[in-house]
Amino acid sequence: MTAAEPESESGPLHVRGTVLTVRRVDAYHAITIVAPGIAARFKPGQFVAVAVGGPDTSMLLRRAFSIHDVRPDHGGTVEFVFAVHGRGTRWLAERRARDVLDLTGPLGRPFPVPRDPVSCLLVGGGYGSAPLFALADRLRERRCSVDFLLGAASGDRVFGALTARRTGRSATITTVDGSLGVRGIVTDMLGQVIHEARTDVIYACGPMAMLRQVTALARRYDIPVQVAVEESMACGIGVCMTCVLPVVGTDGITRMVRTCVDGPVFRGERVRWDDVGTIPFDAFGAPGWEPRPRRLPRSAAGDPPGEPGAGQEATGQATNGYAAGQAGAGPAETGLAGPGAAGMNSRKAERQEGRQQRRQAAGPGPGQPGPRQGPKAVSQPRQQGNQGRRQGHGA
Amino acid sequence: MAPDLRTRLGNVELPNPILTASGCASSGRELAQFIDVSKIGAIVTKSVMLAPRAGRPTPRMAETNSGMLNSIGLQGPGIDAFLQRDLPWLLSRGARAVVSIAGSTVDEYAELAARLSDAAGVTAVEVNISCPNVEHRGQVFACDTADAGSVIEAVKARTRYDIPVFAKLSPDVTDIVAIARSCVSAGADGLSMINTLLGMAIDTESMRPVLAGLTGGLSGPAIRPVAVRCIWQVREALPDVPIIGMGGVMTGRDALELILAGASMVSVGTAIFHDPSACARILRELDEELARRNIARLSEVVGLAHEMRATARSRTGIP
Repeated sequence: MTAAEPESESGPLHVRGTVLTVRRVDAYHAITIVAPGIAARFKPGQFVAVAVGGPDTSMLLRRAFSIHDVRPDHGGTVEFVFAVHGRGTRWLAERRARDVLDLTGPLGRPFPVPRDPVSCLLVGGGYGSAPLFALADRLRERRCSVDFLLGAASGDRVFGALTARRTGRSATITTVDGSLGVRGIVTDMLGQVIHEARTDVIYACGPMAMLRQVTALARRYDIPVQVAVEESMACGIGVCMTCVLPVVGTDGITRMVRTCVDGPVFRGERVRWDDVGTIPFDAFGAPGWEPRPRRLPRSAAGDPPGEPGAGQEATGQATNGYAAGQAGAGPAETGLAGPGAAGMNSRKAERQEGRQQRRQAAGPGPGQPGPRQGPKAVSQPRQQGNQGRRQGHGA
Repeated sequence: MAPDLRTRLGNVELPNPILTASGCASSGRELAQFIDVSKIGAIVTKSVMLAPRAGRPTPRMAETNSGMLNSIGLQGPGIDAFLQRDLPWLLSRGARAVVSIAGSTVDEYAELAARLSDAAGVTAVEVNISCPNVEHRGQVFACDTADAGSVIEAVKARTRYDIPVFAKLSPDVTDIVAIARSCVSAGADGLSMINTLLGMAIDTESMRPVLAGLTGGLSGPAIRPVAVRCIWQVREALPDVPIIGMGGVMTGRDALELILAGASMVSVGTAIFHDPSACARILRELDEELARRNIARLSEVVGLAHEMRATARSRTGIP
């Protein structure tokens, strides 16, 4: 470890970890690294940022990968899954046991977990399903039921289909070519699965287009949805401002927030999916945006985060998070206590009052303004068809 | 014995010459998870503007060989939030704060300088007159001797007497020495160089520019020779003006290279994206590089390459 004294017990670490195994899993690669500190601090939904190319590499930017699993062997191991689609991931795929990797983590806000035993649907696209299995374990610890809905272009690209079938209360698989499960895409089956599983909460991870559709459908069924988004990152720790996307805050203001520290998990309806790749004209600090007096520091209800650049505010720190000793606290704990989880619990209460009533109780949770359907940005170039260029979780 | 790394930033003494580069460390808070921010020379903040700013659309970044292009567009919360939150935090951690400021007009720069002068604890002001990701690309203040001078003059007039003002220069100019002279005549206490070079990348699959903002600033080891050249030229022309050198410093050796060219402080930028502990590591490596050469004081090697040239010249008899 090259870092000085870590500031807190839950913050990220910068370590050199020894590769235990690199193996092919259908169309993907899974790499397991001995990294005890990261394994100990990990919460489902968090990621690691990996330096690629070795010493004196010409590839300067870290690659971010959702953590798939942590295990206690060798003091603590971390595993992530990736697809080779660039120089960096090719280099990673060529690693062998006992090679050393430089990684930082665990990074980002984890999935909030409900306090009560509710019915959870986990939706994954491609290897976006990788972080969902650790989440499933955590949910089952809380006596939640877990259903899986996984999809990909073809059978060899559905990551974890077997695990999902073995461990899920139900597992629905979709493939575009029909080589595994139902022919189609996950959103074709979402409505049916929600009805059959009596879903209370949806968790989703995968391509942005899928997350956008899952969010839209979840809204139709009035089910809270937590999404782990893919945005290309450079540093993974919140300093480069590369991975921003427009997200509506609890105060109703849209901000360009950093996926790496304010995400990667967001409430689906707070992400302005239509405006990803633009600066919406009404975003905080957009051209022509009118500065107005703001109360600082903001309240503790930090989902999503405070304004860009305010690292710790983003994690929902208590009001005076600027005092020494608090600012280093990582996102992990606070993420769990965030309104995302609270929102789910209120849903649970509603559910117990009967599903019909829940349907009528449409709209935002307590103290949360409705999702903003802002007009599209007009002053910025619209980036259509970005998906192919986005690195997602590592390239 | 460990070399004496102390250096002077204007009239302020820093314990060592390793700084963060503006825009690569936010306001230091994120880095504090990995390094002790009070142990490095200073934190140079991301450029602060008067009003909050959302920046440019994504994609904002493209990796290139030994470099990267960024097109962030100065996203930030504005001076109010900075003074209320970020500056007090830096001071509470015992860090020295060099505040980078950016504006669209001369008046904006001047007002920012005044606001910072009213706040306690600002170690120095770095005037970013060279960010390529602004509305009028290629027409940044640092590309014109008169414009650069007028910004520095205005900032200097509104900055408290004991806060040094550094002008951050762009390498994308015909004659960087002329810009440097203009800034120094306008009152700059020192110069920071270099900012990123304007660059562009095109995705050959989609056949479209990679960055939403089309062009971006190139940084990383790819540009280090440009930084060495700029620092060299300015040091040659203005040997008494302190220089904060930056541009692709990844190791202590790289930092020493900029110091030999004439920098008395070195900012670490893109390296932080690669290694969040980079500043602490580079400081340690610089210390080792000096110790290995039996150099007792950092000040002995600042600009030393110039003297070596003079020595070599006299030795060979070539004028």
